[in-house]
Amino acid sequence: MVEHRPVGNLLTHVLLMLGVAMVLLPVYVAIIASTQGPGELMRGGLPLLPGGHALENYRLMWQSGLSSSSAPAAGKMLWNSLIMALAITVGKLAISLLSAFAIVYFRFRFRLFFFWLIFITLMLPVEVRIIPTFRVVADLGMLNSFAGLSIPLIASATATFLFRQFFMTVPEEMLEAARVDGAGPMKFFRDILLPLSITNIAALFVIMFIYGWNQYLWPLLITTDPEYYTIVMGIQTMINSEGYVPWHLVMAAVVMATLPPVLVVLFMQRLFVKGLTETEK
Amino acid sequence: MASIKLEGLRKTYPGNVQAVKGIDLDVADGEFVVLVGPSGCGKSTLLRMVAGLESVGEGTLHIGDRVVNDLEPAQRDIAMVFQNYALYPHMTVFDNLAYGLKNRGHQRDEIERRVQEAAKMLEIEELLPRKPRQLSGGQRQRVAMGRALVREPAAFLFDEPLSNLDAKLRVQMRVEIKQLQRRLQTTSLYVTHDQLEAMTLGDRLVVLNGGRIEQVGTPMEIYLRPASLFVATFIGSPAMNLFPVDYLRERGSGLLDDLPEGTDIVGIRPDDLHIQAPDKRHLIVESTLELFEAAGAESHLYVRLEGNDQPTVIRTAGQPPVTEGETLRFHVTREALHPFNRESGRRMGV
Repeated sequence: MVEHRPVGNLLTHVLLMLGVAMVLLPVYVAIIASTQGPGELMRGGLPLLPGGHALENYRLMWQSGLSSSSAPAAGKMLWNSLIMALAITVGKLAISLLSAFAIVYFRFRFRLFFFWLIFITLMLPVEVRIIPTFRVVADLGMLNSFAGLSIPLIASATATFLFRQFFMTVPEEMLEAARVDGAGPMKFFRDILLPLSITNIAALFVIMFIYGWNQYLWPLLITTDPEYYTIVMGIQTMINSEGYVPWHLVMAAVVMATLPPVLVVLFMQRLFVKGLTETEK
Repeated sequence: MASIKLEGLRKTYPGNVQAVKGIDLDVADGEFVVLVGPSGCGKSTLLRMVAGLESVGEGTLHIGDRVVNDLEPAQRDIAMVFQNYALYPHMTVFDNLAYGLKNRGHQRDEIERRVQEAAKMLEIEELLPRKPRQLSGGQRQRVAMGRALVREPAAFLFDEPLSNLDAKLRVQMRVEIKQLQRRLQTTSLYVTHDQLEAMTLGDRLVVLNGGRIEQVGTPMEIYLRPASLFVATFIGSPAMNLFPVDYLRERGSGLLDDLPEGTDIVGIRPDDLHIQAPDKRHLIVESTLELFEAAGAESHLYVRLEGNDQPTVIRTAGQPPVTEGETLRFHVTREALHPFNRESGRRMGV
């Protein structure tokens, strides 16, 4: 409806602003808290203006971490998280692109069976299969390793399914033209299908990266060596440490943990929109 | 350059659907042959078998002096123009043209030269740096042609390449395709359902129906002596009128005596029904004018025959002074009659 009612307009805007404020307030509090000095948060009442200890808090967390917990420096944990998230994202994309390619473009026996096999794993999230997966990873000796952190999370029914749906919308003639032009299957995949999928890849990259970054239960289970702690689970161990919790430092770690996903979204969104407006079948 | 030879080609899809039921055809080197027929007649399947996009069910397929039944499309030395053009959307026009050459391992300067040459021939040089979505329908069509041209293949295969264009562009591109083919002298197979396109483009037409060849011949042969009822009504617009022989006999007495044995139905083209009486011997049919259609240079008169109410079309030049609802006499000479047998559907007395 195209209507101009000033009161309605105002009301919707106020509502939206309230919503945004509710979402942003905790983030704001975390940022403010991370700039306070030791003990300032314990005095009761939350300060709403930044304190003067931002630099030293962040430097401390980045370089040496919390002495009271077993977690290593936040820099190290961020690095671990980044490796895990990237491995999961790239692995998921590579595997799901290839399996969707196989399912859509090749005729082999039990093709549909395999598709459904992949599809039903959608119903089994990590948490459901975590015990058997842990057993497998333990038996393979992959505890406390990046391989153990990322490989079990790489298979992705969601991405395979999405790529399958996308590939099925690519006109058949595209493949035929490529065949006439002398492109074999892998060449077609690399030269035609992959460039056409860029938008989808960008979108899934964002989703998968955040999925990988936010993994909590799995890293908690399989890493006992602080060398391999990721930031999300590391924060948890900081809070669980007995006695005094230095919230201002924990909050500094929290803010640092939030940054990479935010950056990925910001960066990929541009590519994403560009892809949306520039490619066309 | 090469000839194409089809021997007993058949194609049966799962579920025992026969799309192509035994086709024999020789396309000479440099010839432009048009496969024409209604949708579902197997013309596209046939072309795709030649291209290698559809496996050959039975029969032998020669391109040049090779049997190509089991060769990949790329190994057959053919180029194809698709109905929806199938340009690679993420590549520039230049890359679209160059892709096939790159895959064949041509040198970079050779590719550059050939692309420029093809682009010049099609007048798309200034489009080379653009992407397909920045082009109009007609320009995309040219690029699709260019992609075929640049390969300098033994044969061109066209799969209804003009059907996505508007009427004006279609006529223009039709002329250009014809001129281009004349100049390059490349063997061409062209599929269309548009009989006018078929008539104007082809050196020879192959009229297909239900997976079989109805007739092969030059456009004029097919127009003037259609071999079957199907061809008679499919080629020519408006379609040929069909009259029961007995109906005409009552009106033309001796004129029909020499019709071949077995003729029970007679076809007459709309342009052979004359409002003015000709000098030659003729028969006269009375009818009622139902609808008058002025198309500028010519007019179409839709009439119902007196006696059996059969709808019939007359085509005349200019605009005759007639009014709808009036009784109209038309005249037919002996030469205009095409004798057919209804049951077999064949032309009689060949």
